[in-house]
Amino acid sequence: MSSSYEYVLGLGDDALIAAQRLAQWCGRAPELEEDVALANIALDQLGAARLLLSFAAELEGRGRDEDTLAFLRDDHEFRNVLLVELPNSGPAGTGAEPGDFAVTIAKLLFLAAHQVELYHRLAAGPDERLAAIAAKAVKESTYHLDHATLWTVRLGDGTELSRTRMQAAIDDLWPYAHELHQDGAAGGREAWLARVAPALVESGLERPADGAWRPDGGRHGRHTEHLSYLLAEMQVVHRAHPEARW
Amino acid sequence: MVALADPYQAAAAVVDPELQVVTIAELGILRGVERDGDGVVVTITPTYSGCPAMDTIRSDVVAALRRAGHPRVRVVTGLHPAWTTDWITEAGRAKLAAAGIAPPGEREDRASASERRTAVANEGRPGRIGGPVPLRLTVRCPRCGAAETEELSRFGSTSCKALWRCRRCAEPFEHLKAF
Repeated sequence: MSSSYEYVLGLGDDALIAAQRLAQWCGRAPELEEDVALANIALDQLGAARLLLSFAAELEGRGRDEDTLAFLRDDHEFRNVLLVELPNSGPAGTGAEPGDFAVTIAKLLFLAAHQVELYHRLAAGPDERLAAIAAKAVKESTYHLDHATLWTVRLGDGTELSRTRMQAAIDDLWPYAHELHQDGAAGGREAWLARVAPALVESGLERPADGAWRPDGGRHGRHTEHLSYLLAEMQVVHRAHPEARW
Repeated sequence: MVALADPYQAAAAVVDPELQVVTIAELGILRGVERDGDGVVVTITPTYSGCPAMDTIRSDVVAALRRAGHPRVRVVTGLHPAWTTDWITEAGRAKLAAAGIAPPGEREDRASASERRTAVANEGRPGRIGGPVPLRLTVRCPRCGAAETEELSRFGSTSCKALWRCRRCAEPFEHLKAF
């Protein structure tokens, strides 16, 4: 059984945009080990993105490939969830200010919890190509979730300042997590909560209430303005030198 | 006339560009070498999805086979089954250790059924109070062999490695993560 182009494109775009955001920490993380960690996680996401976008391009069958999908689409053609495109400084940021590490950890916690569940299911699913990609990615995502959980606990159960900032990041990003399971796939919200809640309990952080405001639209190409700036930076070299080869 | 060398031997001797003490065969990422008409098809698999060494490995394989008298080479990437550190050969492990890189131990998902259940129950809940606590086997220092070691960073210079330190000889070392 084969999946749809739009579906696989969404998975690939989630990984690609998450990779680009995480890579923005390179050389700027709070400590050297974390700099290396975030760059490594970004690389894992980029690896999964390349495999997924290559597959999506084949499903579409219009002669595109991973590069044309990544570099030659405009913002409204991307199908990632809003969570991954939000700036490292948080949803209220402009993207120009320094990143907030608590925001990055909260985003990673939410995304990795989703991806672990998703890839577990796809690895056992009927689409053989997706199953092979997912079987590889699930091991990496499990490590990401582990990393995000460790930091959530350390910051949430740390000083007054670290706790305040970690709680603020969780609160600010919580509404965006609803979009992750909007299509009901990957076990839905229950399965996701089962992976996120333990980190909150362990760290003593409060689980935000589920409000009525649940921003979405990413899967239909309706994005925040943050994606446009991100793409401008990510795509500029490719567009300035079309067809260039190393 | 140039005698054709065995294409498998030629591909197997290619050295991993990031772990330069082991070959791609010893690392377990060389998955197959087959003749295809008058050409050769080599199948490799990445360690991690985003392994940036794949392009270099591809071109190194092509170059090695050309030198061995096989000008028509196609390198394909296979994802299934996914690479695991269990595929690193004994010779590969010994070479890694000799180079100061602690080889991987048993993977967590290969642990016994009860341990596995514990690991699942505790997944993402480090130090949870109550209930069984999953233990990771220690990593021995590749220099002095001491078991008194500690993890400095869960991520290292490449995706496949973590940074550790020996508390006895005080030397930092890299560890190829069980994966």
